[in-house]
Amino acid sequence: MLSRLKTGGAALVCTGGVLIGHAALAHGFAGDRFFPATLQTDDPFVADEASLPTLTKNPDDPTGGQSYTVETDIAKRLTSDFGLTAAYSWNYFQPKGAAAQYGFGGLSTGAQYQLFIDNDHEFMGLLGVDVDWGHTGAVNRGGADDHTTVSPTFDFGKGMGDLPDDLMWLKPFAVTGNIGVSFPTRVNSAGTLNQNTFNAGFAIEYSLEYLEHHVKDVGLSAPFDRLIPLVEITSTTPFNRGFNPDNGFTNGTGNGTTGLVAPGVIWAGQYSQIGLEAMIPYGEGQGHGVGVLMQMHFFLDDLFPDSIGRPILGAGNLFGA
Amino acid sequence: MIRQVLAFAAGIALCASLNAAQAHAFLDTADPTVGGTVKAAPQVVTLTFTEGLEPRFSSIMVEDSTGQRVDLGDAHTTGDDPTHFAVGLKPLPPGSYKVLWRATSVDTHKTNGSYSFTVAP
Repeated sequence: MLSRLKTGGAALVCTGGVLIGHAALAHGFAGDRFFPATLQTDDPFVADEASLPTLTKNPDDPTGGQSYTVETDIAKRLTSDFGLTAAYSWNYFQPKGAAAQYGFGGLSTGAQYQLFIDNDHEFMGLLGVDVDWGHTGAVNRGGADDHTTVSPTFDFGKGMGDLPDDLMWLKPFAVTGNIGVSFPTRVNSAGTLNQNTFNAGFAIEYSLEYLEHHVKDVGLSAPFDRLIPLVEITSTTPFNRGFNPDNGFTNGTGNGTTGLVAPGVIWAGQYSQIGLEAMIPYGEGQGHGVGVLMQMHFFLDDLFPDSIGRPILGAGNLFGA
Repeated sequence: MIRQVLAFAAGIALCASLNAAQAHAFLDTADPTVGGTVKAAPQVVTLTFTEGLEPRFSSIMVEDSTGQRVDLGDAHTTGDDPTHFAVGLKPLPPGSYKVLWRATSVDTHKTNGSYSFTVAP
């Protein structure tokens, strides 16, 4: 799958580029606000973007085992408000005292619809359905699932630029987040229950770009005027198949709420952004180490504004219609 | 795997450079400065963007604290540099003013923004 993705992507990249120009639509903009692509949580906007690559050194597992992930993601608009996503990963596990295992993780895809963008209030919302496809990777070696999981989500973003001028220093703040539910299509895998889960994630951002160019010129220059410090928080909570709501635990086969707290920073340029975050796990059964994630992210609509950076259909499409 | 992904990322960057891509225009600098206070009333607002603009589809409006426009409606790029965009102003009494800009870069990407400045008494 990855080689097909690479070959097709490279062909599109290198042959596109001379089609007729129409009004280009923005990625991650709501009024004055630019929302970067966050690293742990889904973004609240449809876009033409690619993460190439995302490199992760995961927190150590409770036994001290280490793991690493290399992932690629691509998002493509079909119309100005409807898009598709695809992600694929390669995983390397080094259990403590055992031989390493590695292989491809499963394929994940998504369909997204932009519900609204309120420019005056820097507010946007998106409905999506993510699907983690079973048997699309190395189930025994790469950590891929042997079953498909379907996850409807609602994603949102809200900038604080509409606060009163008395609170001007708070205007650069923004929050993005998503809530969703995951439904595995198989009850158990190798004796382990596949639970339905409630998922939530939030990113609290403070945009120095917004501060410098929309609130107060404090004298920041490149690259600091394009930095966005942020903290992301994710959580996953099972709610069936062994989950006991009285004590939050699951008959010894699973956990209560688990997740990550991920402080970091994103630098967003004209054509790409780069992000770096620490990953601090929390919840029962999680490891003790701190992970690290680095992501290189490209804005395809800025890199290729006359070809693959446009929607395939509808207004301003890449065929110039 | 890592080498393949990095090679593909490098390929995107290379092809992008060959395509001479343009991008969304972000505000780079402003005169009067964002959130600043000036002692003498400015006669013009000049904005510098990170990309060249298409002036026919870009604008700058300046409003006083009551929402009345105080610009001359003559927004234009300055000199031969399409990244510099300016608008003339009516005589400004002391007070707070808001600059609202809409930028369409030469590849038709659109951005907009606003900021305030103050003319000191």
